[in-house]
Amino acid sequence: MAAPGVAQPGLPAGGSPPPSAAPGLRAFVGRPTASPQAAANWTPRQVWANNLHSIVGRAYPRVRGLTREPSWIVFQMLLPFLTTSSFVFVYRALDAPAAYIGFVVIGGAMTAFWLNVVWMMAAQLYWEKDQGNLELYFAAPMNVMSVLIGMAVGGLVMSSTRAVAILFIATFVFGVSFSISQWGLLIAVFILTLAALYGFGMMLASLFVMWGREAFHLTQLMTEPVYFVSGLNFPVGRLGFIGALAIALIPLAVGLDAMRQLAFVSTGPTGTPEPWIEALILVAMTVVFIGLARWLLHSMEERARREGRLTVRWR
Amino acid sequence: MSGSIQAPAIDARGITRVYKAKPKDVTALAGIDLEVAPGEFFGLLGPNGAGKTTLIKILTTLLLPSAGTARIFGFDVATETRKIRRIMNMVAGGEQSGYGILEAREQLWMFSQFYGLGAREGWRRVDELIDAVGLAEQRNQRVSTLSTGQRQKMNFARGLLNDPWVFFLDEPTLGLDVSAARSVRELIVGWRAAVPGRTVLLTTHYMAEADELCERIAIVDRGRILAIGSPAELKRRVQRESIFRLELDRLAGGPGGLARLPGVVSAVAALNAPADPDAPVRQAVVINLVLREDSALAGVVAALDGLGAHIVALAKSEPSLEDVFVELVGRGFDDNEEAARSNEVPVEPHEAGQPDPEEKR
Repeated sequence: MAAPGVAQPGLPAGGSPPPSAAPGLRAFVGRPTASPQAAANWTPRQVWANNLHSIVGRAYPRVRGLTREPSWIVFQMLLPFLTTSSFVFVYRALDAPAAYIGFVVIGGAMTAFWLNVVWMMAAQLYWEKDQGNLELYFAAPMNVMSVLIGMAVGGLVMSSTRAVAILFIATFVFGVSFSISQWGLLIAVFILTLAALYGFGMMLASLFVMWGREAFHLTQLMTEPVYFVSGLNFPVGRLGFIGALAIALIPLAVGLDAMRQLAFVSTGPTGTPEPWIEALILVAMTVVFIGLARWLLHSMEERARREGRLTVRWR
Repeated sequence: MSGSIQAPAIDARGITRVYKAKPKDVTALAGIDLEVAPGEFFGLLGPNGAGKTTLIKILTTLLLPSAGTARIFGFDVATETRKIRRIMNMVAGGEQSGYGILEAREQLWMFSQFYGLGAREGWRRVDELIDAVGLAEQRNQRVSTLSTGQRQKMNFARGLLNDPWVFFLDEPTLGLDVSAARSVRELIVGWRAAVPGRTVLLTTHYMAEADELCERIAIVDRGRILAIGSPAELKRRVQRESIFRLELDRLAGGPGGLARLPGVVSAVAALNAPADPDAPVRQAVVINLVLREDSALAGVVAALDGLGAHIVALAKSEPSLEDVFVELVGRGFDDNEEAARSNEVPVEPHEAGQPDPEEKR
């Protein structure tokens, strides 16, 4: 934006306050640009920088929120921990294999990400619209995908804190012992699971804006069934065909299953694909979801500009 | 023409916007032609439902016109959106943007990142603007705790983050008390003084605000521009005669005597003056005097001497923009509210109790 440009006839260079400007008014003067045309033509580097800064900017409120609202420790950490605990006690009462306790603990940790994706990714743009933010996002020069990615990055920081806390506390309290053979693949699967999950959330975000108020019902509809078919608290292989379908369609299901196989090698075959195959499924999901998210966002913006309703508050 | 050096700041040709609605489509704009020069402070004055906001949405690239073209400094609003978004900004009245969980300074910094400022540059610019708009004491206050006036000042600062070449202000003082509205107007004037050459498009339905701030005004009603001109030019359209308010210490025989003088169209006692023409002596007589032209006033003053009346005060009355609107439309703004309501785009009711998106966690 600071690129030199040709001064517009009759106009002063915008960044230079005229000699008559009162000293107090100088604060109004921003970055110097010679003309609107110079200010409008950005280099590719400026475009990239703008998009990267926008990601950081949109992630900021979520990261900052961690310290502003400590109530999340109770609602997002202790309460889910109680749910996890109840399954642990059930499995202990049934004398289930020890690895099942670990399955539940990993499932409990991943719940934080799923809730974040559903409530703070998928439904977020809809809330942003009601708040009047969506209009401002579209009126700003960055690619709105940066906003979605920023939301995802902020959400990841928020949820990771919660997930790690649940994982450590539960591991310590219930004495879970992991048997990991392929650290690299486990870490890759974890990262891919998050990428696919947040890509899924980004894709849903535009759909929720287009579908309007039904988004809330959809969010509620999705939460529990996905918990179930993803095998959050039990091995998804037990679900047979439904489990296989979930592995093919739901990133949480395939990611969880792969991580369990890699973190508890001693449990033997689970009746589901090998972890490296599931990693490939996650790669495919990430590419498809993020590609769809980009396309849907663009479609949503075009439709909003045509119809005049989608980005406008309360319409 | 794309981003031409000689391009007008705003150039709209035949802009029409029709909203699909039931039972029938709503025409919000019906062929708007508008040209705003670089550096001009231009106002769109009209009642609710006139189409002002729809026009701003089109010019800010948020809405496509159903027909016609619009360019900002030569950039097409339909196809060159990105370029336009780099050089413009917008602030609306009653705006509740951002996140209540953030402090004012943080919120502005977040927005600065969307407009191409770097991280450190963003903080520096935010601190400058916070001081400039008079929010120094609230810089570390949560947005959710700011008053309406403070919030609008913060919104104004947000609008200046990218140093826009075109600044769209959509009813910026809507819902503000007198003092806060004045502060916002002073900020607008202060910014213009500091950075001349920037273009402002202001929509308002406050006549005095348009009169005070705008160099030119378009009067809009039901999606059409009825008249464009400077406030003085618009008023001259309805001022075919010279109108004076004349206060006298006394006037024997009443104002009827003045009405018969050459060049006097009418001389009528103002409402607070006694109206009995037979009263021999009156105190502080106030007369609304309508003359064919200013030069007729000399004859009136000479006649008053003969009637033994002395002038206590004399003021020339200017027609207001409301008079202009009434002349053009045949009704006032208030009368128009009801008519406009039937022309509004249907809106869904606000969902009460909607949480702050970032606080819902």
